Amino acid sequence: MSTPRTTIIDGNEAAVWVAYLTNEVIAIYPITPSSTMGELADQWSSEGRTNHWGSVPNITEMQSEGGASGVIHGALQAGSLATTFTSSQGLLLMIPNMYKIAGELTPTVFHVAARTVATHALSIFCDHSDVMAARTTGFGILASGSVQEVMDMALISQAATLEGRIPLIHMFDGFRTSHELNRIVMLESETVEAMIPRSLVQAHRDRSLSPEHPVIRGTSQNPDVFFQAREQVNSYYQRMPEVVQKAMNHFAQLTGRKYRLFDYIGNSDANRIVILMGSGAETVDVTIDQMNAAGEKVGAVKVRLFRPFDSKALFDVLPRSVKQIAVLDRTKEPGAEGEPLYKDIVTALAQNQSNHEFDQQINVVGGRYGLSSKEFTPGMVKSIFDELAKPEPKNDFTVGIYDDVSHKSLDYDRNYRVSVVKGSMSAVFYGLGSDGTVSANKNTIKIIGEETDNYVQGYFEYDSKKAGAVTISHLRFGPDPIRSAHLVETGEAALVACHQPQFLLRYDMLAQAAEGAIFLLNSPAPAEEVWESLPRLYQQAILDKQIELYLIDAYAVARKTGMGARINTIMQACFFAVTGILETNKAIEVIKVAVEKSYGRKGRKLVKRNHKAIDESLHQLHKIDIPESVTSTQEQPPAVSKNAPPFVQEVTGEIIAGRGNEIPVSLFPADGTFPLGTAAYEKRNLALAIPVWDTDLCTHCGKCPLVCPHTAIRSKIFNQSLLVDAPRSFKSVAVKGKDFPQGTMISYQVAPEDCTGCGLCVEVCPIRSKEEPDKKALNMLTQAPLLEDEKESWSFFTTIPESDRSLIKTSTIKGAMLLEPLFEFSGACVGCGETPYIKLATQLFGDRMIIANATGCSSIYGGNLPTTPWTTNDQGRGPAWSNSLFEDNAEFGLGFRLSIDHHALVARQKLSSFKEPLGEEFCDALINADQADESGIWEQRQRVDLLKQTLKKIGTPESGELADLADYLVHRSVWIIGGDGWAYDIGFGGLDHVMASGKNVNILVLDTEVYSNTGGQTSKATPRGAVAKFSAGGKPSGKKDLAMMAMSYENVYVAQIASGAKDVQTVRAFLEAESYAGVSLIIAYSPCIAHGVDLKNALRQQELAVKSGHWPLFRFDPRRSERGENPLTLDSKEPSIAYRDFIDTEARFSFLGRTRPEIAEEHLNKSQSQVIARYRHYQQLSELQVEED
Amino acid sequence: MDISTQYLGLDLKNPLVPSASPMMKSLDSVRKLEDAGAAAIIMHSLFEEEISHEHEEVMLLMEQQELSHGEGSHFIPTYEDYANGLDAYLEQIQRLKSTLEIPVIASLNGISLDGWIDNGRKLEEAGADALELNVFFIATDSNQSGAEVEDRYTSLLRELRENVSIPICMKLSSHFSSIPHLVKQLEINGAAGVSLFNCFYQPDISTDTLQVIPTPPSSSETNMLLRMRWIAILYSQVGLSLGVTGGVKNGNDALKFLLAGADVVQLCTILFEKGPEYLAQILTELKVKMEQLGFDSISELKGSISHNAVKDRQAFERAQYFRHLTVRGR
Repeated sequence: MSTPRTTIIDGNEAAVWVAYLTNEVIAIYPITPSSTMGELADQWSSEGRTNHWGSVPNITEMQSEGGASGVIHGALQAGSLATTFTSSQGLLLMIPNMYKIAGELTPTVFHVAARTVATHALSIFCDHSDVMAARTTGFGILASGSVQEVMDMALISQAATLEGRIPLIHMFDGFRTSHELNRIVMLESETVEAMIPRSLVQAHRDRSLSPEHPVIRGTSQNPDVFFQAREQVNSYYQRMPEVVQKAMNHFAQLTGRKYRLFDYIGNSDANRIVILMGSGAETVDVTIDQMNAAGEKVGAVKVRLFRPFDSKALFDVLPRSVKQIAVLDRTKEPGAEGEPLYKDIVTALAQNQSNHEFDQQINVVGGRYGLSSKEFTPGMVKSIFDELAKPEPKNDFTVGIYDDVSHKSLDYDRNYRVSVVKGSMSAVFYGLGSDGTVSANKNTIKIIGEETDNYVQGYFEYDSKKAGAVTISHLRFGPDPIRSAHLVETGEAALVACHQPQFLLRYDMLAQAAEGAIFLLNSPAPAEEVWESLPRLYQQAILDKQIELYLIDAYAVARKTGMGARINTIMQACFFAVTGILETNKAIEVIKVAVEKSYGRKGRKLVKRNHKAIDESLHQLHKIDIPESVTSTQEQPPAVSKNAPPFVQEVTGEIIAGRGNEIPVSLFPADGTFPLGTAAYEKRNLALAIPVWDTDLCTHCGKCPLVCPHTAIRSKIFNQSLLVDAPRSFKSVAVKGKDFPQGTMISYQVAPEDCTGCGLCVEVCPIRSKEEPDKKALNMLTQAPLLEDEKESWSFFTTIPESDRSLIKTSTIKGAMLLEPLFEFSGACVGCGETPYIKLATQLFGDRMIIANATGCSSIYGGNLPTTPWTTNDQGRGPAWSNSLFEDNAEFGLGFRLSIDHHALVARQKLSSFKEPLGEEFCDALINADQADESGIWEQRQRVDLLKQTLKKIGTPESGELADLADYLVHRSVWIIGGDGWAYDIGFGGLDHVMASGKNVNILVLDTEVYSNTGGQTSKATPRGAVAKFSAGGKPSGKKDLAMMAMSYENVYVAQIASGAKDVQTVRAFLEAESYAGVSLIIAYSPCIAHGVDLKNALRQQELAVKSGHWPLFRFDPRRSERGENPLTLDSKEPSIAYRDFIDTEARFSFLGRTRPEIAEEHLNKSQSQVIARYRHYQQLSELQVEED
Repeated sequence: MDISTQYLGLDLKNPLVPSASPMMKSLDSVRKLEDAGAAAIIMHSLFEEEISHEHEEVMLLMEQQELSHGEGSHFIPTYEDYANGLDAYLEQIQRLKSTLEIPVIASLNGISLDGWIDNGRKLEEAGADALELNVFFIATDSNQSGAEVEDRYTSLLRELRENVSIPICMKLSSHFSSIPHLVKQLEINGAAGVSLFNCFYQPDISTDTLQVIPTPPSSSETNMLLRMRWIAILYSQVGLSLGVTGGVKNGNDALKFLLAGADVVQLCTILFEKGPEYLAQILTELKVKMEQLGFDSISELKGSISHNAVKDRQAFERAQYFRHLTVRGR
């Protein structure tokens, strides 16, 4: 046999590599962490790559996973080999079809990157709750625990399903396996050919529906026969384990890699055994090697085929010596007597008692581990075996957390480590999601894997922020295959690299450093001063662990070599230089080759600059002499202010500080309820430059707070008497305009530690100095020298009372921006196009909002721990927010409305029986209150307060019941918020139904024209010709006109807005929508990083979108029809620039021109005529004479 | 009738050469030009600045590709087969060379010495028959003399001459204090020809936005007579090829330039307005006019009304109309 071909890929690519090769129809839909499989399939298909039989598979994106499974069902019935990829909620949406597919004995494999199903909270991370939820569908379940296994099992499952006819879920752990880079042996074409005999493919086709030999399948059956017919499948399920094992055996013959349905590892006389499936088994594997070497007798069973469960195969591998078994489930089934795998094992043992398989009584306990990718380490594995050694091991235990409530958790040794194989090393790199650290490390792994005989592993951790996301890369290299499926642990890393100096004050990075490790630091501090610049913690660790310190000023090198802010190749070169994994010159050469490979076609200049940067970085790399003692007194500041509430300090602050793993169970709410306003405590200090206000130039137009994506610049008016307490640096000026009394001051203040430095406020500022035309009323200046003064000013600004809402003219930008925003400092991207709309809504209606938020970007920057941007006003009122699912958001929000309306109705009904004590006039005022504006709301709140006081005095049970409902007499503004993926695709059915309901809900669609949150996949909102994931060849069809569909109901208020193009129209649309007592739909154009634009140009992009006709602005108000007027008002002019002038500025379009110019031109021409035709159509509609009745 | 001519050492079947316009990007249009009788073509300029700008854009895109978070490692699918402006230009030269029988002159506009040389070499390697340097430099420094400015031109030419072996033509602007001296220097330094004159966008000020806005060249910039004068003056003083570009609308215009001493007449706007086929019409007009005037060949008429050839040399020297009158009055 020739030397096997190895490559470095992650689990997703390994799975789709086989799936693509062995299928003809692939239906896709994005969901983390499985999206990459669909993306690669789409890209390969657009490149014309063929499958094993020489045809290019058809890749079709559907509107939801439910849709994808339906397509697969159909494709299979029509005789194709078909597959799909999914995770979590996506798999749950496929369940109905999975019952059908399995019930009809249809061979297929669904590749599942296992992910937590949302319960008290959503989590994108791994556990097996999704797969376990699908275990009753009749699909078999085959599990992989490593990247190599993913590739192998993908083929084995495809072969087995074709032979055994039972469809299979091929599952592997999300992120841990789906995103782990590892060096694996590739399958050869001959192996695929041998494993998938054409006769089985033909047999599948022969069973397909065809008018040439028609049958009917999918009948309805009655009580008389359904049961018997259902039992007819039994023989297939009985045979399936054998079929899978046969495929495994065949595979072993072809490749040498052997698998069994249950693989036993460890001591053949083991008395203590754990049983589990997935990547955790790999960590168990390395741990038991060490334990057995230390003289213990332990073992483990890796479950491969979980369904159909074959207990005989299990007993075949279980050593007869076993006395204690711990079954580990990576899922939780509340209320059950145990989790699924545990119960199966218990059942298997019980059912086989009569067979006398074992002489001794076997004690089986069950435990949970690794929910939502909770780390599962050798220390935890050891603690399970230790528990099994006790006379009465704990059942229903948990491991990896501290449960101080139900006391189910096992204690574990945090310092237990498996010994490092000679010649191997671990390394961690702290960087930002924007500085290229991750891509550089991926590149490093490829280089080491390809240029040396080393095995490699890379895993990348992200925090939940989009702007300034922190990434930690965990790399391992070594002479043996790397099986540890856990992060680099405390004291393990031979190298710790810090790519951002500000992390020194935030993280204890050297905790991960081993004795004698290398610390590679990117810092602008000069070599002779760097020691002094380190916090005490770092100096101590360097001395204690005898760490070698290397310094590079990577940003200086980047600037010098024309690399801008790109430090990735610089840090990469330094990594090779300090570790000596490759001889330095060789390393430099291969990095340069890698750069050429990445950028060669795209730009020689880029290559040159990178090469220069690589060379220069070696000149600027310094090894620092370490003094003998600690000299620093600088301590890491607490993550949140000491004045923060206890919950924020004990929970939020600990999560921010990276110590969330240590928080005990008792500190968490049981139902996922969290307090608001916590983002204000997380001072992230991301901005290098912040806006500075020029009080002389400013005309107080209010545009800057409107466009700020992070609510970091605010305006307030106040009486000048308040200024007596103002700090010296605080700026204010007498407000311009007649609407305010004499002596009223205005201030525009930046929150310097919350600003992300996007510069949009300066961009939008319309005022220029006459003397210095480059100077505006707001100008970006370097943050550092301003920070202390601005912090003080901001702190004073927050103490200024909010304005009286009833006195402010909210229909003007200036007025609306004086209202307190109740959405602030979110984790959204720098320059995000969505958040300004949300913030505006909270300014206008925040104290009475209840929000249903579809899963997506807005639910992540709006609701991902540690902090929440939703906040309250000084009366404690604010938006009440919840996220149900992705697909059901409109329905979820309608539920809010129905519930509120019901309570309000009951309250009004009850009021009528209190007319006597309360007075008829007062009751009528409460019932008929006009709450259309701020003063109406304020007056009603006064009445409700009075009502409650009076009812309290009455003190009867009936008055108590009314008092409980009294708050419902104040208008509640129901908002249904989500992105285009939700509104145009997965949630459209529900959205449509809610639009037809006529109920008083406000729907805000933040239209980024892609699924932004999952990485930019095509939705039906994606314009023609745009390159997006799932449309790698450019989207062939035009954007769906959601507004037109909504208008067809005639009683839905519809507005299409773009605040960067016409802000007054935006405010007007929000006010009109909210005041309309039926369904309102606002479709808001939201520039996004997925457009391939620098978001500092977000406003320009909106203007171009409107001017080119891509995004016409209009409002459709059914109230106008009632007044006999045309309901449609067109708010933008006829396209005044060529469509080309818009799309040339966005890489999502221009990229196609660079790769497929002819197709791009064709799309452009179509889009150009389409935007003009659409505008004319809207124009005609808006000009129609309304006929009088 | 022999209407052949020589330009930059290339034998051309006639003196009509379409010059840089977007038409050169379309193979179909270029074929039509050849069919209509074009003697050679001068491609649109490869702008180093544009290539650099493109690089910056790609850099930005690459940076954005690295904006990653937990759910998205990048946002726009990227391809290996990404074509940049330089590659597209080089491929176009190759395509033109394999399609056309007439010479292809590449045009280059650089901003850095490295850029001029690197790109010049690439254009040669791609098969260009000659290289036209579309040079412009706006002297804005009051400490910089005219001689220094001219030296930039000559030294650039020298550097390129050393690195490129195909003929080089310099396309100049009219803003020099002594055009004949400069052209002579260029000849000494290895230029095979000059082309008069290039015209540029000019800055204008918008009173709406108070911003400076680039504005296309005005009609005076494409003034034919300006060019005619300098061709006539240069004809007898220098040995290199003389091309003229700007303002030619018909065969009569073309003939005037040839009489003044041009070796070729470049056509741009008229073809853009009337289509590539119109070149045949101009060629016919030229031939008809030559016949009417009794010329049998281009060589016979070339330079026959140049500065040195006419009796009243001052006709090409006069700058003021009143002086003209005064002279006649004597």
